[in-house]
Amino acid sequence: MTTTTAPMEMIVPSFGSDAESGRKLAVICSKGALDMAYPGLILGNAALGEGVELDLFFTFWGFDMITKSRMYDLKFSPVGNTATHMPAALSPLPGVTAMATHSLKKSLADLNIPEVPDFLDLLKDSGARLWACRLSADMNHLKEEDLYDGVDGIISASDFIEMTDGSQLLFI
Amino acid sequence: MPTTIIEGHELSVDDEGFLTEYDQWDPQIAEALAQAIDVPLTDEHWKVINFLREDFKAHGATPTLRRVSTEGGVDTKTLFALFPKKPAKKMSYIAGLPKPAGCV
Repeated sequence: MTTTTAPMEMIVPSFGSDAESGRKLAVICSKGALDMAYPGLILGNAALGEGVELDLFFTFWGFDMITKSRMYDLKFSPVGNTATHMPAALSPLPGVTAMATHSLKKSLADLNIPEVPDFLDLLKDSGARLWACRLSADMNHLKEEDLYDGVDGIISASDFIEMTDGSQLLFI
Repeated sequence: MPTTIIEGHELSVDDEGFLTEYDQWDPQIAEALAQAIDVPLTDEHWKVINFLREDFKAHGATPTLRRVSTEGGVDTKTLFALFPKKPAKKMSYIAGLPKPAGCV
């Protein structure tokens, strides 16, 4: 049997499935404001979806994102945030932060973006590792039982630097 | 626009090999696409693929992983197990759809 025309090569996308890509991302979450909690979560989620390993390190104000008593109640304040285009004199008024927080939460919910605790669940389900900063835990007198259940451990800054050898690093 | 031969059909694809014509896809082609990227299809895979096809038809966009878990009823962990490493791209490739455009 011979064929007269050469078979056309099938175009197959490269998903890097044969070899481990080895790409790793480490995100340091240092802010506890609602609007600053999301960038790390969204980029981390995107990385996981691309087969990139992810370590998140929660430190200073970012510790609120994984503290059980606070993670459900992060706030967005327009004070000092010129990007809200709100007159500067209005932003510190009573009720403005609550209003802005409510409005941001609604915009995110409308786009099917989960709230912070649910987002952490999503990242865990996708294979993320979550690390709590030792110094932040000590400063706030918090122990593992005070933290989100998916936290993999309370570690020092040196531990984090050591374990993210070769990772790309993002500070938020 | 390039074309490629799959299961004896000449199909329109983009530069990466994703099908570009919704109606050129059928389940046999899905099997061939899945085989090409080493994802043997099970009933669970088909549940995801069928949801993707229906949701795309209804809304004009490939659902994101988040949408497949909240609306399609297949949780995130399972999606990563079914379509290892790059679930969003692999599931849409097999379903003959573009990659999801949404961020989450």
